Amino acid sequence: MEIRKQTYNELGETLCSAKLANGLRVRVVPKKGFSGFFACFGTYYGSVMRSFLLGGERKDTPAGVAHYLEHKMFDMPDGDNALQSMTATGADPNAFTGFDETVYHFHCTERFEENLRTLLRFVTTPYFTPETVEKEQGIISQEIRMYDDLPDYAVYFELMKLLYRTHPLRDDIAGTVESIAEIDAETLYACHKAFYTPGNMCLCVEGDVEPEEICRIAEEILGTEKGEVPQPLIPEENGAPEQLCTERKMSVSAPLFLLGAAFTPSGEDALRERIVARLALRLLCSPSSAFYTRLYREGLLNRSFSYEAEFPANAALVTAGGESRDPKRVYDELLREAERVAAEGFDAADFERAKRASLGARLRGFEDFDSVCLSAFEGARLGYSVFDAPAVLASVTAEECRAFVARVLTRERTALSVILPEGGAGA
Amino acid sequence: MEYSRSEIMSGVTLTHIRSDKFKTACLSVNLLTQLKRETASMNALLPLVLRRGTALYGDMEAISRRLDELYGAAIEPVIRRIGEIQCVGFIASVPEEDFLPAGSGTLRGVCELLGQLLLTPKTRGGLLLPDYVDSEREKLLEMIRARLNDKLGWAVSRCIEEMCCCEDFAVDRLGDEESAEAIRYQKLTKQYRALLQSSPIEIFYCGRADKKRVEDLLRDAFAALPRGEIDYEIGTDLRLNALEDEPREYTELMNVAQSKLVIGWRLGEAMEEPDFAALRVFASLFGGSTASKLFTNVREKLSLCYFASCVADLHKGLLLAYAGTDAERSEEARKEIFAQLAAIGNGEITDEELEAARADVRSSLRAVLDSQGSMEGFCLSAALAGADYTPEELGELCADVTKEQLAAIAQGCECDMVYLLAPDGGEEDGEEEEREISDEELAAFEEEENGDPETNV
Repeated sequence: MEIRKQTYNELGETLCSAKLANGLRVRVVPKKGFSGFFACFGTYYGSVMRSFLLGGERKDTPAGVAHYLEHKMFDMPDGDNALQSMTATGADPNAFTGFDETVYHFHCTERFEENLRTLLRFVTTPYFTPETVEKEQGIISQEIRMYDDLPDYAVYFELMKLLYRTHPLRDDIAGTVESIAEIDAETLYACHKAFYTPGNMCLCVEGDVEPEEICRIAEEILGTEKGEVPQPLIPEENGAPEQLCTERKMSVSAPLFLLGAAFTPSGEDALRERIVARLALRLLCSPSSAFYTRLYREGLLNRSFSYEAEFPANAALVTAGGESRDPKRVYDELLREAERVAAEGFDAADFERAKRASLGARLRGFEDFDSVCLSAFEGARLGYSVFDAPAVLASVTAEECRAFVARVLTRERTALSVILPEGGAGA
Repeated sequence: MEYSRSEIMSGVTLTHIRSDKFKTACLSVNLLTQLKRETASMNALLPLVLRRGTALYGDMEAISRRLDELYGAAIEPVIRRIGEIQCVGFIASVPEEDFLPAGSGTLRGVCELLGQLLLTPKTRGGLLLPDYVDSEREKLLEMIRARLNDKLGWAVSRCIEEMCCCEDFAVDRLGDEESAEAIRYQKLTKQYRALLQSSPIEIFYCGRADKKRVEDLLRDAFAALPRGEIDYEIGTDLRLNALEDEPREYTELMNVAQSKLVIGWRLGEAMEEPDFAALRVFASLFGGSTASKLFTNVREKLSLCYFASCVADLHKGLLLAYAGTDAERSEEARKEIFAQLAAIGNGEITDEELEAARADVRSSLRAVLDSQGSMEGFCLSAALAGADYTPEELGELCADVTKEQLAAIAQGCECDMVYLLAPDGGEEDGEEEEREISDEELAAFEEEENGDPETNV
């Protein structure tokens, strides 16, 4: 096994990468002088991978299996619960399920190796009984209920439904109360076997550790056998939305909105594409943009406004949203600004300033163990190093950002989701 | 890490931590004042208005551009309630010069801009601009109203409001709508001048610059600070007992899919001479982690809910437990929460539970050292509590916490309020809704809830 070390002197960082005999990708960022350790171990398996090919055979599963698995993985055959045994050491373990990943992670300041071993072991030890599977339904149903009360989630998934007509991105990650009722121990075992094979997984660690030691422990616990990696069947979607606007009422104080546009990622240079998308959005609508400051002054936007570029599974989208008394005005103004930029391009001085600001923001991101490890997890799948970002950023041109805006934020493709206060008038 | 505290100007205390660990430095300036219903909204509005424009950088766009030039340095208004002290000011994140092209001058730039934001706002005839005041007042009102959007946060703060109805602690950090609506620019200018003259100021810095350099930059930036008689008489009023013999109950109906139950106790005698290590271990044992009594019983054993946790406010001496359940099972959850507190009171604490709670508190305190933002919150909170320990020292004290101490704390808790936010039985529209589910995001949310500096004592 060979460990590749990339050293970034100007950042004071080193990224160590390895691929074990069993196919597991390992990323380690050694850090001296910190009390804490962070480790995440996950599979590239999320809510959109409901259908897949394994051994030449197609399997179709109910919505919500990946998330259900995440909940049940902590149970161990000896009756122990890994969540509790890790917490007992003072560690802070948790997990999350996304569209295209399920990640188990912990932060700790002592007994790191013991916790790492527990993490590797419990994630690769499936143990489900009909009773424990059924019992979890009560907890997951309450989780679904909790999200029912969060307007930010409602506004997001209403937008996803507009942007994606057939793609499972439009559906809830946890599934529905009905779909999870179809999930049994057998389904969980089958999906675990398919997706939790080292070749479909990645381990990322940051802290005062030796990369060789991390790889050795991973190999010791996971073995050297290489299993078949399943091929997810995820529908592609290229069409523009049929409907551009949706409204719903909830008990909120003022209208909440989220506008967004889906696009097809080029897939060539994943890191560059992400950096261009985020820089273009910064130029278009960050707090120093003409668009934001004007609408803020006019009382149409407040500090809740934010924007994002996301690249889930085989798709991509940009979103921007917050609270506004007139979401349709904001939508129109943003599209008008995007059209102007598409025609005229960005101002050169604005562009240089945005690049500076973006560099500072990336430095800030590198301080956070969680975000470094989770970026490394994504980078391992797509083949980039998170610490290359500053160098790539320096090479991005204003024209790339202009072209991105022109391609993505068009009137035909940009949709608007609005949550209105109950009893209020339409937006 | 080198730590020091010193008074750099009259009533201005600098907490300086030199550390090479980070890529950005943290710098905050906090004006401290007594939390009161009449002034809370005005104080909250101040940093928002000041952030709109200075004599040199006349509007938000100019300020944001200046920050972009300083490599994306950030200066944000910060409004906190720590016990019954309201802290308003700015918190800055400064990219370290070591990682930037030569001559970036980020620390000097940020110090200067902070000084200008605080001392030389854009004015007309010596008064804050009516336009900025009116506009930010409306946005403050939007923020106050938006508290409704976060149902759990709403339930927790409504529980506090009802529980502490006769105390200043009932006042939200942003104040209330009624007093916010009444704010005009003359009145706000007067309050601004009064605060600058009389409020104690806490400045916090953590980064690569040594103490002398930070002090010099700050003295230059704040040279024009007008100081009068400093009001050191601010503090938090502790009430050890519940208001009535029996816990008060309050149920509020709203269009929600899930009931949110919040139970509030006074920590009682434990606050007379508080042992902060023991109190933290107690809160962790009761509902502070996934090994806690509430998580393992209310969630894991009874499957009543997805979250059941607690938070202790050690400035005000309150304990709050909360859970989200089906409407028809909230009574069951309530009984179980009380039963778990009683179990601690009876000394039903296993060695494993005790060790898990000690380790949880020790570990989260040590983790504070890995984040300048957490250090900032910890130090401000400790300064207001008059405490002078480091997170590590406090963490080490956990080893001495005994079961007897924990049982005594539980026995001393007096329940004062049971608050329930329940579905109003209106339109059932939760079925086909979608949300991204992630434990991590819930954890982040809870962290935010618990991240209030009051728990950092």
